[in-house]
This record gives sequence, C-alpha cells and structure tokens, in this order.
Amino acid sequence: MEALLEDRQEQVHRTGEQPFTLVCNKDSLAGAVSQRACVFCGSRVVLYPIADALHLVHGPIGCAVYTWDIRGALSSGPELHRLSFSTDLQERDVIFGGEEKLYRALIELIDRHSPKGAFVYSTCIVGIIGDDLEAVCRRVEAEKGIPVIPVQSEGFKGNKRAGYTAACNAMARIIGTGDTAGISPYSINILGDFNLAGEIWMIREYFERMGVQVVANITGDGRIADLARAHGAALNVVQCSGSTMDLAKIMEERYRVPSIRVSYFGIEDMAQSLYDVAEHFGDPEMLEKTRKLVKEELARVVPQLQKYREALAGKKAAIYVGGSFKAFSLVNAFRLLDMQVVMVGSQTGTEQEYRELAEITDPGTIIVDDANPLELTSFLEEKEVDILVGGVKERPIAYKLGVGFCDHNHERKEALAGFQGMLNFAEEVYSSVMSPVWRFAMRTKDKDLVTETSKTIVKG
Amino acid sequence: MSKNPPNYISTTNACKLCTPLGACLAFKGIEGAVPYLHGSQGCATYMRRYIISHYNEPIDIASSSLSEKNAIYGGGPNLKMGLVNVTQKYQPKLIGIATTCLTETIGDDVGRYLHEFHRETVGTMPIMVRVSTPSYNGTHMEGFHAAVTAVVEQLAEGGEAVQGKINLLPGFISPADKRYVSDILDDFGLDATILPDISDTMDGPATSKYDKIQPGGTPLASIATMGRASATIEFGRTLHGKTAGALLEQKHGVKRISLGVPIGIEESDLFFASLSMLSGRPIPEKHVQERGRLVDSYIDCHKYIFGKKAIVYGEEDLVVALTAFLAEIGVVPVLCASGGKSGKLAAAIKDTTGDILAEQPLVFEGMDFFDISEMAESLAPDLLIGHSKGYPLSRKLEIPLIRVGFPIHDRMGGQRILHLGYRGTQALFDQVVNATLARKQSDSSVGYSYM
Ligand code: SF4
Ligand code: SF4
Repeated sequence: MEALLEDRQEQVHRTGEQPFTLVCNKDSLAGAVSQRACVFCGSRVVLYPIADALHLVHGPIGCAVYTWDIRGALSSGPELHRLSFSTDLQERDVIFGGEEKLYRALIELIDRHSPKGAFVYSTCIVGIIGDDLEAVCRRVEAEKGIPVIPVQSEGFKGNKRAGYTAACNAMARIIGTGDTAGISPYSINILGDFNLAGEIWMIREYFERMGVQVVANITGDGRIADLARAHGAALNVVQCSGSTMDLAKIMEERYRVPSIRVSYFGIEDMAQSLYDVAEHFGDPEMLEKTRKLVKEELARVVPQLQKYREALAGKKAAIYVGGSFKAFSLVNAFRLLDMQVVMVGSQTGTEQEYRELAEITDPGTIIVDDANPLELTSFLEEKEVDILVGGVKERPIAYKLGVGFCDHNHERKEALAGFQGMLNFAEEVYSSVMSPVWRFAMRTKDKDLVTETSKTIVKG
Repeated sequence: MSKNPPNYISTTNACKLCTPLGACLAFKGIEGAVPYLHGSQGCATYMRRYIISHYNEPIDIASSSLSEKNAIYGGGPNLKMGLVNVTQKYQPKLIGIATTCLTETIGDDVGRYLHEFHRETVGTMPIMVRVSTPSYNGTHMEGFHAAVTAVVEQLAEGGEAVQGKINLLPGFISPADKRYVSDILDDFGLDATILPDISDTMDGPATSKYDKIQPGGTPLASIATMGRASATIEFGRTLHGKTAGALLEQKHGVKRISLGVPIGIEESDLFFASLSMLSGRPIPEKHVQERGRLVDSYIDCHKYIFGKKAIVYGEEDLVVALTAFLAEIGVVPVLCASGGKSGKLAAAIKDTTGDILAEQPLVFEGMDFFDISEMAESLAPDLLIGHSKGYPLSRKLEIPLIRVGFPIHDRMGGQRILHLGYRGTQALFDQVVNATLARKQSDSSVGYSYM
C-alpha cells in the first residue's frame, strides 16, 4: 500500500483494527493534493439554490467563473442563481480598494435584474485588501430596499464547513423579517436539501401528502420571501448536518423552532424521516397518512429493486463524499443492495460522525478524513473496489483504475433522494458496475491482446 | 444597433478563466511535472474540477493551502513545507509553481523563498520553475504563456545550433491537435521540441493503474536544447512582448517565426510553407492531397453556408484563427469577442481577413457573455462558434453552437477535438456545414432526407 504522508496518518482509521481515533477538521496539509475546497465554496453550495437572489462574488474572476452553473439545483421559477456575477477585481482595485466598484456593480445588477435580495460573497483577497462589505451592503440595502447581505466567505478562513456557517449566518439575517400570518401548526422548513434534479419537489410532495405545510425550502428552489417568514414554521427538518445545522441552532435559540435531523437517501432513512416528522406532531391522522404513503411507495419501489440486488450482491463499494452525514445513508443504501462497503471517507466530517461510522461498518473498513488522490487510489486498489461514490474530482481516479463510479455530489443531474431516488441510485450503480466496458480496461497490454481465440483464428 | 462595446461595471458569465489555471495546464505538459499553486486550497480544487470536466482525466494540482494566519504572516513556511511534501509523495522532476491572487496581494516573494529553500534543503530536489500569475491581471492565456516563458527562461540552454532541429510553441491546443502536429513535423523530417505537450498527460489510455504523474509531456532534455534550435515557430497573433519565442531569439539567437494558429487554409498554408522552408523539403504529398480534399469540400458545400452570420468567442488567438477560417469559407463573422484584453484583437483580425471581408466584424475585448448576448440580439447570427459556455446563448437564440477549444463541459471528447491544419479544418468545416444543413432540415415543414 501507498505510504501515507506521516502527518496524515491520524486522519485514517480501520474499523475494528485499533481503538477509534481520528483527527479531523484539521487544515489540509500543504502540498498534499486535498479534494477539499474553501470557505467560499461551502457558502456558495448552501446559498446557490436561492433562485430569486442576486449572488455577487466580490473578488477576482476565478472564484466566480468556476462556480457558474455547475450545480444541478433546479428552480420552479426565477433562475437568477444560474448566472455568475463577479466584480472581477483588477490590479487597480486591489491597490486602491474595491468598495466603489462593488457598490456600482450591485446597483447596476439590482437595477437590471430586480432580485428579491442579494448575497455578496467575500473571497480571499477581499479579506486582505480589507473592503468593508458590511458598509457597502448597508448602503445599497438602504437605497434599493431589498436585503443585501454580506457573506463572510474568505476562502482561507477554513474549509467548507466554515463556509456553511457563514451561509447560515447570512440567511439568519433574513429570517424573522417576514410576516408569519396564516402558517399552519403542522408546518416545517426543509433544511439542507438543494433540489438537485428536482429532489426537493419529491420531498415536499411527501410532506404535503401527510398534511404538513412546507414554509421554506432552505435552500433548494428557495426564495427570499419564504426565508423571511421561515421562523413561523413549527419545525425545522434538517438534512445533511454539516451545511444547515447552524441555521437550525440559530432558529432554535432565537425563535424556539425545534429541529430534527433526517436523511432522504435510501428507503429506510427516507421512511424514517417521514415518521419522525409525523411523530413530532403526534397527530394520529397524520401518522396514518404517513404509513399509507410509505406503504404505497415501498410497494412500488421494492419489487423493482430486486433485479439490481440480484446483480449487485457481494460487490464492493467505496464512498468518498463532501460531508460524512450522507455517508451513513449511503452505507445503508448499499446494504439494501446487498453490497459491501469497504471504505468510507469525507472531506469535512466530524470526529463524532466518523466514530459512528466506525461503529456501523464492517471490520476492516477504511474510514478516512480529507483524503488525497494517492490515498484514494491505494484504498481502491487494496480493497478491489467495484464502484466508488464521489464527486467529479474523484471520477477520473476511479475510471483510471478500471473502477465504476456514481456521482453523488452537487453537480449531479440524477435525483437520488426519496423513494424514487433509491431506485435511481440502484440504477446508477448498476449501470456502472455491470457495464461490459470494464473487460477491456483489464486487457491493456500487447500480450493480453494475442489470445487463444486470436491464435486459433490465425493459425487455424 | 449599438456599435460600441457595452461598458458595464459588473461581470456576468465571464468569457475567460483565471491566470493560474493556464499556468497549471502548461506545467502539466512537461515531463515529470507537478503544478503547484501558492495560495489557498480552494483555488486549486476549483481548477482541478474545471479541468477534469473537460479532459476526463485526473489532474493533481498541489497547493500551499494557506490559512488566514499564514496569509498575514507570509506564506513562506507553507510553501516550503508544501514543496517538501510534494517531492516526497510524487517524486516529480519539476514543480511548476504559480502564484495566485492571494499570494500576490500579500506580496509573498516566491523567488526569495525558493532561494532560501535551496539553501536550507540537503539532497536533491526537483527543478522548480516559478511564474507570477495574479488573476487580477490577465486571463488563463496570459498564465499559460507566462508559464511557458518561465520554463524556457530557466531551462533552455544555449550553444551551437543543431541543424534540422526546431521549436514549436503551439499555445493552448488540444491533445488531438498536438498528436497531428507531431505527425506533420515527422513527415517533414523535422526534429522538433513542442512545448508544452499535454497530449499524453491529459489524454492518457486506460491502464488500470493510477499514475502519480502521467507519462508524457515535453522531455526536459529536449527543453534544454531549445536554445540551440535553428528556429522557433510560435502560434498566436495577439501575444505580448516577452514570449518564449522572443526570449529564445534574444537570449540564444534562435530565429522566431510568428504565425497565427493554423486553422483554415490560409493560416495552415503559412504553417506548411514554413515547415517546408525550415526542412528544405517540399510539402509531403499526403498533406497536399489532404489540402486538395479540403478545397474540394469547400467547393462542394459553399452554397449552403454562404452569407451565414456567425459569432465567434473565446481566447483571443483562437478567435482570430476561427474568424479567418469563417471568412474564407464565405461565412460572415459579425461579432468576435474575447474576455482577454491584449489590445491586439481587432488588428489581428483585420490582418487575416482584410482581403476577404468587405466589412470588418465587430471586435471587442474584455467581453463577458452578458455583453455578447446583448449584442447578439440585434445581430441575428446563424451560428455560434466557441466553447461550451456559449450554450445558454445558443439555446436562447435557437442556433447551433460549434464546440471548439476549452472548456467543453457539455459534450464528451473535448480533448479529441481536432482544430489545426488541413485535417482539423476539414473536421470543423464539416461541422459548420452539417449544423447548417441540420437546421435547415429540422426547420423545414417537409423534412427531406435528401438535401
Ligand atoms: S483567487 Fe485568483 S487564483 Fe484563486 S480562483 Fe480566484 S481568480 Fe483564480
Ligand atoms: S481565492 Fe479564496 S475564495 Fe476564491 S477560490 Fe481561492 S480559496 Fe476560494
């Protein structure tokens, strides 16, 4: 196996082989090619789907251009989020400060697009040149009469996690400013779903069938006005602890909105989420509706899964995702397909999460925080993995090794949440693992090509 | 219609990428090299994702992973630690260090750090080439060329000229283009150093193994001999001052032949003629034949495309070449736009198309897709030619997009698009014609299967 960089050893664990220890939330090691992004990236992921807001990146061009329309977050109405706005700072701005340019850019863009609000993202160099974003935003807000919120997302202030926090703080400034009249006592906010490939629409539909009113989508297919009145909801239903848990905490403190943690990936977790919400409200009728819903969905989905399960049983899977919370659901989802999970890792998990992962995974499973390409490679080889679940950056690593791949990141265009999502997930895994192309990847040398068959044909 | 470029403060959907991305790609085209960004972690990760989505190949870009504290006290210690770690892990022959906006803004003196580093380290370390690439100054193309220049400046040695040896500085071309150009040079019997060469590193075969550093790239040994070549061919009509070609000429007296990117017959003819003169051989028959077939197809198809209007966008040198190509096939370029700001775009287009086009197209630098889109409304173009990021515009205008260059993010095989020479031109030409025919066919209420 590839030797780990010495400083990285404490970020890798093997289930059952030693008492659990794992160091995480550590800064990435200089010179190790981390798969992590930056604070800005974290903020951008969370706020991006708010479709009627202007998202202006204050900084040089790269930070904005690399995040232009790359995520699959859909909107049922306005699509302002799909444009990439930047102040494109030039040398002059860096020397003399970019505040004036930011002010003028904001005014120009607000006049052009009439957004319902604006988020202004700070990037690394803005943190250095010391532009007063807060002041500029206040000025524009006063002039234009819409919320203009600075996001403290200077890339170097930590990893993606810090970016989630910055995004939550930004949203917290909008929440509480709207009218909450007419909101049902059976009402929720959906936190931590980004409506990739229309997932939040499916989830919303489930809740509506249960008789639950959804006040705000945070943030998939999100709207500023919904955010403003989100504090009127009776419950926050939070998926993916990493990204919006901070907001749930803030709302609990300020507005006494309780929250529960859920996951929509895999049918068990999906069903459990709906039951948890129904139980929270304790309404027998709702509970009954939930049972019926789950029964209907399972009756539809489970038989269809059979074919995949038969084909995939015993195959080996590796998971490397952004936040480790999703990894739990994936471990369960693979179990449902009778597959074996041999590696689980994430960019930004917490120690607690890794500890729990170590508890639910089989002995020998590799648990890793903030892996780099070389480590991933050695784990995939060592464990003879059939499929890797990850994001775009992991894909070529898998493919080069002749390993299948399933995209489970923000760029994906397939809905993987909900009951239908489990089916889509099985189909995705199946279509990669079962493809006939891998047989060629194994025969790459000249000596592999002259086979018995070819000899018989030529020599007769 | 406004004849003036829009002049907005804000940028929407930029038509350029940031400087270090270009530098990383250039470094990736050198044997045994690892690109290294001196800056915070995010930039490297973003660039990797962006590049991977085009090539579908792994690319490792190391980073100093500066935190806020490092940024305040200076990034020297992180840089040094990062270089040690990369060396230990990758055993590269060369580390190509590009700065980022952050380290340029805090004023990190990378030259000094490297100097100290060499004094402090014992044992052999890889070659370190550094280039300054703040994004608030230039685009990915400036970064690309600056990296090539830095490599040549540091590694090319002088000495007695070697007959029959030339340098080719092609700029940012596709792996397919590079392979084809190599074949052409072989056919002329020329021994050429092509710098950089990403044809293997960014378009490698499936091997069932993961190479820390992919094989391929311009060999270091041949870079060393660049100062002894008899000539350098450098593609690009909007390049600025201190190019690698200019440097080789000034420092080592290697004659610089400056050509446009050879797309279209006119520009390709210049390239082939140059090779013929440098090698002292006539243009090999197979290329003459290929050219002949290209002309034949121009004639066969000319009516279908005559007078169609096109918008061209992207990197400046590519825009110049594509515009020249469109002009020579009878398509009217109506708008040529780039996010770059060389100050030379309009003149270069005039130079290459002046004798064909009755009227010069609108040519604007420093454009983004909002500007292009706004101008496009009144220009009523029939087709777009550029990279994937023009797709929203093509969708809005309901006109075909001919995908060229970088990035190709919404189709597969961007690395295999052939643009250069007679063969590349043939491929592009067929695409332009067929896109026009397809449109005519699907727009027709009759739906002929015989056009
Ligand atoms: S900070 Fe500069 S180098 Fe980094 S992504 Fe942004 S523009 Fe590119
Ligand atoms: S400059 Fe900072 S904010 Fe921008 S991509 Fe790089 S690390 Fe992230």
